[in-house]
Amino acid sequence: MGELKLMKGNEAIAEAAIRAGVDAYFGYPITPQSEVLEYLMQEQPEERTGMVVLQAESELAAINMVYGAASTGKKVMTTSSSPGISLYQEGISYIAGAELPCVIANVVRGGPGLGTIQPSQADYFQATKGGGHGDYKLYVLAPASVQEMADFVEDGFNIAYKYRNPVMILTDGMIGQMMEKVELKDQKPRWTDEEIKKMSDSWATIGKGNHRERNIITSLDLDSAKQEKHNHHLQKKYRQMEEEDVRFEEINCDDADYLIVAYGSSSRIAMKTLNLARAKGIRVGLFRPITLYPFPMKALNKYIGQVKGILSVEMSAGQLIEDIMLAVECKINVQHFGRYGGMIHSPDEVLQALETLINGGNNGR
Amino acid sequence: MTEEIIIAGFGGQGVLSMGKILAYSGIMQDQEVSWMPSYGPEMRGGTANVTVIVSDERISSPILNFYDTAIILNQQSMDKFESRVKPGGILLYDPNGITHHPTRTDITIYRIEGARLAAEMGNTKIFNMIVLGAYLKIKPVVKLENVILGLKKSLPERYHKLIPMNQAALTKGMENPAVYKPA
Amino acid sequence: MDVKEIIKDENLVYKKTSLMTSNVLSYCPGCGHGTAHRIIMETLDEMGLQSQTIGVAPVGCSVLAYDFMNIDMIQAAHGRAPAVATGVKRTRPDKFVFTYQGDGDLAAIGTAETIHACNRGENITIVFINNGIYGMTGGQMAPTTLEGMKTATSPYGRNLRSMGNPLKITELIAQLPGTYYVSRQAVHTPSAVRKAKKAIRLAFEIQKENKGLSFVEIVSNCNSGWKLPPVKANQWMVDNMFPFYPLGDIKVDGQLVNAQ
Repeated sequence: MGELKLMKGNEAIAEAAIRAGVDAYFGYPITPQSEVLEYLMQEQPEERTGMVVLQAESELAAINMVYGAASTGKKVMTTSSSPGISLYQEGISYIAGAELPCVIANVVRGGPGLGTIQPSQADYFQATKGGGHGDYKLYVLAPASVQEMADFVEDGFNIAYKYRNPVMILTDGMIGQMMEKVELKDQKPRWTDEEIKKMSDSWATIGKGNHRERNIITSLDLDSAKQEKHNHHLQKKYRQMEEEDVRFEEINCDDADYLIVAYGSSSRIAMKTLNLARAKGIRVGLFRPITLYPFPMKALNKYIGQVKGILSVEMSAGQLIEDIMLAVECKINVQHFGRYGGMIHSPDEVLQALETLINGGNNGR
Repeated sequence: MTEEIIIAGFGGQGVLSMGKILAYSGIMQDQEVSWMPSYGPEMRGGTANVTVIVSDERISSPILNFYDTAIILNQQSMDKFESRVKPGGILLYDPNGITHHPTRTDITIYRIEGARLAAEMGNTKIFNMIVLGAYLKIKPVVKLENVILGLKKSLPERYHKLIPMNQAALTKGMENPAVYKPA
Repeated sequence: MDVKEIIKDENLVYKKTSLMTSNVLSYCPGCGHGTAHRIIMETLDEMGLQSQTIGVAPVGCSVLAYDFMNIDMIQAAHGRAPAVATGVKRTRPDKFVFTYQGDGDLAAIGTAETIHACNRGENITIVFINNGIYGMTGGQMAPTTLEGMKTATSPYGRNLRSMGNPLKITELIAQLPGTYYVSRQAVHTPSAVRKAKKAIRLAFEIQKENKGLSFVEIVSNCNSGWKLPPVKANQWMVDNMFPFYPLGDIKVDGQLVNAQ
């Protein structure tokens, strides 16, 4: 058993990064995730493991520092919050196009624009459907506890290197700011330069030796036919993710007449609703996508014929609901409920919305 | 066992740290805990509140509408949270600065004169520990020895010399909660 | 005399460095980019640094620099090369890292990245090609376009009141404590090329010694953008660019040498 601590989600992600043997973190302060950079600076990981931590001059610079470090095969990560993640989008598109592994966490706050600093889940589309320009996908993990904030750092890097693809941890101010018990893993050593060379010499820019041609990290191809071929290759990776690396959790779904589908913070709130509803004799289950991309399409599709209705609970005006509707081929009555703009729905409000759905009412969508 | 608590008062009263120590104490006795603060500009001087949940099971929502216990340390919080104590639940408050006292009769109301006792003990900073002591007397969700362990774990080593003072404050609080019956 | 008799090792006076690929340069005939590429690659070759060097290519005419430079290279987003280079150098402090950027890239969209990399004293080398125009996109006004100079987006000449002043970014970054060596050179004559190459060499030596950021500006021509034949373009550069962007060292050993 690892070390037990009471930590904020933001602190857990930072500590987990050090312990996972991450080589570098680049970031820029923004509420509600500044604790990540603060914690790292406080911990002096340069001395603990040799991990580099740098406060960049802007989000534009931070994500491009990530791009540079990832180009050399180093394990690199960054975190930000919604407005900052918007600024990251250019870099993220380049990283996806150039096929670089890295982990990016978005501690989402209410928007659009400068919005609020309170929790939100309104960056779902941005995270799962691309975000920046071009046809690309991030592998998106949605932690629902401080423990998962810590665990998903290492899980994220495993996926990032399996596919040479950026991974996003999509969380929000609620998980970022709350404290829970977290079991921290033991320190892993950082990869040595020799290990990186063994793993990544075929693509990483670590210096051209006589044994190979030069490596080029680029997302540019002026020849459209080649660019299309590259896109086919990217799409093949995404199909493989959809086959091999979908994650989800089902709670009380076996006998369920109704489902709540929710991820991250909303799934925690919905868990409470589940208890309240079950106490009232309502047979409802909670389906929690853990990977938002790839979305658990097949797993949710199985509920066609079993459940009479699905409530999509999200702190947004209705984004997750579109994937749910696709998954169930619109054959189940799917309704949306959620507060947004920085407001958080209560378990009781969710219960009310569920009862509206059950009683044949409409929650507005 | 699941205990859902709201602690609310002014920033600077030690609301957040009281919650943190309570949560750490829960970890010390192998329980699940969550600590969810209100965060944002209000943290800086205005009202502060934190929801703490201590449970033997996996914790669901860290944000709640209704609580088993409300620990209330100023008037604004009384106005906001009195109605949100579950029927049969507990409201513990410090009467210092309270002008509109609680009126509910379907819950048990306790008073702890934390501010006065802290002043008598010559250290206003231990106010929150006196209140925590009173709460643990009413509802022993965590053992005192685990609170001390929690304090050790949550305080940086250089502050460990303050633990005896905090322990005295906890004990003082345990001796002093009084049931209050609305007129 | 037969050609075969001439092609003998003892007659060899110049050889293309193997650090340049054999790809045909995509630059316009008469452009300074090719020469600038060559002297950087020759320097790295002479210093034996091919296996330790990572170059960062920008957006602009030299976006495809990696087609010509036979080293590991990273293509950066517009203006972000100094940030990318920072990411590389911070995680690979033992490598040689340089950026190769044009004026639009370095002094317009990437001004913040340029200034902050310089100010942090990142141990990298920045090579800055200043030709006073956006060549790649078809000759639009650049931050370094001279007063009165006609471009596609200043067709009546750069008007300082409405379009702002040409930016002497090199003098600006020379003021920052993080820069150790700052020089302005050109590659339009053999003697200028030799001086420029010396500056490049010094820049990499400084990087080797971990002394801070080294920055070499190369004032160059853009005959296509300037709409002049190559020879006239070079003359125009001498007559108009050099008076505003005078050649020579600006900061040596961390000290300003050319107080203007």
